[in-house]
Amino acid sequence: MNLIEWAQSPWGEQIPIHIAWSLLWVSTIGGLLFLVGHAVYVRYWAKPATAHSEQAAVSAEIAAHVPERVARHSLGARLFHLIMAIAMIALLLTAFLPKVGVRFAWVTYHWIAGTVLTVSIIYHIIHASFWLDFWSIWPDKEDREDASRRIKRALGQPAPAPGKFAKYPLENKLYHLVVMLAGLAVVLTGVFMMKRVETPFFTRNPYLFGDMTWGWMYVLHGLAGVGFVALVMAHIYFAIRPEKLFITKSMIFGWITREQYLEHHDPRRWPVSEQDSVTGQPKSKTVPA
Amino acid sequence: MAVIRDVMPAFELFQPLTIDDAMGLLARYGAQAWVLAGGLDSFDWFADRIKRPAVVVDLSQIKELRGVRSVANGLEIGAMTTLTEVVRHPIVRQNYGLLPEAAEAAASPQIRNQGTIGGNVSQDARCWYYRGGWPCYRAGGNICYADTPTGLNREHAILDADRCVAVNPSDTAPALIALDAKMVIRTPRGERVVNAEDYFIGPGIDITRMTILQPGDLLAAIRIPSAWTGAQYYFEKVRDRKVWDFALVNVASAIVTSGNSIERIRLAVNGVAAHPVRLKAVEAAVVGKPRNEETAELAAQIAVRGAKPLQHNGYKVPLMMNLVKRAIRGAGGKVAA
Repeated sequence: MNLIEWAQSPWGEQIPIHIAWSLLWVSTIGGLLFLVGHAVYVRYWAKPATAHSEQAAVSAEIAAHVPERVARHSLGARLFHLIMAIAMIALLLTAFLPKVGVRFAWVTYHWIAGTVLTVSIIYHIIHASFWLDFWSIWPDKEDREDASRRIKRALGQPAPAPGKFAKYPLENKLYHLVVMLAGLAVVLTGVFMMKRVETPFFTRNPYLFGDMTWGWMYVLHGLAGVGFVALVMAHIYFAIRPEKLFITKSMIFGWITREQYLEHHDPRRWPVSEQDSVTGQPKSKTVPA
Repeated sequence: MAVIRDVMPAFELFQPLTIDDAMGLLARYGAQAWVLAGGLDSFDWFADRIKRPAVVVDLSQIKELRGVRSVANGLEIGAMTTLTEVVRHPIVRQNYGLLPEAAEAAASPQIRNQGTIGGNVSQDARCWYYRGGWPCYRAGGNICYADTPTGLNREHAILDADRCVAVNPSDTAPALIALDAKMVIRTPRGERVVNAEDYFIGPGIDITRMTILQPGDLLAAIRIPSAWTGAQYYFEKVRDRKVWDFALVNVASAIVTSGNSIERIRLAVNGVAAHPVRLKAVEAAVVGKPRNEETAELAAQIAVRGAKPLQHNGYKVPLMMNLVKRAIRGAGGKVAA
């Protein structure tokens, strides 16, 4: 199976023109297989929730200072997530419905949704850099050590108990990393591709790049696009899994309960303090770090 | 310019005798199958080795697809009826004079002897970049070579372009739209009848196709209702030479008058977009108005709203305006009562 479709340019050069659209089905089926595989693994083979290390035990003094509702996502962050999700769904539908036979004039809707996504991502980068805890979403040394411990224990090898998560579980952080890379790929290539169609933003210039560069740009855009099909499927799947529902609810309401905080998060790595008011998140009571 | 090579690439040829057999073959081979009518579009593609179907389903032996038949409230023309047969058919000439006039404007006598009405309305775009085998949008690529700063686009679209700026080349299409014809399509799920204007699609909907036909579908016939029998018809085609040429712009109209007022009208143009354009706004604006210069001027102004000429086809805007004017006025003694 060809991953890329090639063509001959008017100058006799072999150029890539876009991905093979069968990759859409590869991504969809791959995503479905992952979901089914994960669901079966969790149902039949996964061990009960791993005991956390002694270090992760929360003292009564700290626990006493945790408010009933612990702010997790600010209103700005939640609105960004909602707008980005709507734009992403619109982009996927406008990109791939025509490929499966649903015909409509999709290009205008597609670049409008792409513009919304681009603006929302720019907002997110600025918001996260200056108003949120920028590093909280990036994997750190403790994440790597805990991941190593969890893998070893899952394989039946001796290893110390892993700690609790910081604000975001490692899986969240890795997903964010992959989505960020795929998102940057579609946005950067998409902005350039808007130079090829009629929009109010640019004067059309199909000669901005050579055929080869344009071709690879379309390929990269397509690869990231079909990748997003599986990524969005996985995201929705995890969002509705029972053990993750409290995270999903926090993306809607902005907070998690005191019990959820103490059960899943390490107050040392995610101290809930007055600092939160600076982030714009709902104000919560102070917890000693 | 198409690159002429030695001989056509090999394909498996089927010549079914019935529509059902043809449908069976199309279902069996799906997108690999190429439907061959008169061959005047197809053989260009094959000889240039740009389209290389594995299977060709030649409809020429299917008698059900040929001929003109009277049906309830109108006429049915088999899709494989040649343009010459359409031009010469007495009932078509007597009641639906717009269609033979349009059909007679197509190509040359030899081509009309071979070319079919189904093929004429289903033929592919004539953009030379596309026909030359270049990887443009319509060919599945990611660029329109005609819509570039150095593109040759004198014959291209001024309306409804969406990345691709090719135009629909059919002469009979606007006439069929003006006559409110219905296209009878056989699909794997049964028969489907669509209005002529809905048979054609623009690049926004599907950039690689000119019609709604999907792999496995077959245009079986064209039905013309009697609702416009006796209307005043107008057809005019402007082209670079008098014969054997595609339209730069053509126009077709059917007008029913009451006194000097326009009571009902259907008006369509082709050669200005990737699909024949029915000018509904013009129709709505001129109904009830006298058929005079003032109304014609109004119609012309409305007709070209939204037109976006390319570098070399700005002339199509006044050309289309003038043809619409003439269709409304019925100029040049072309109005047939």
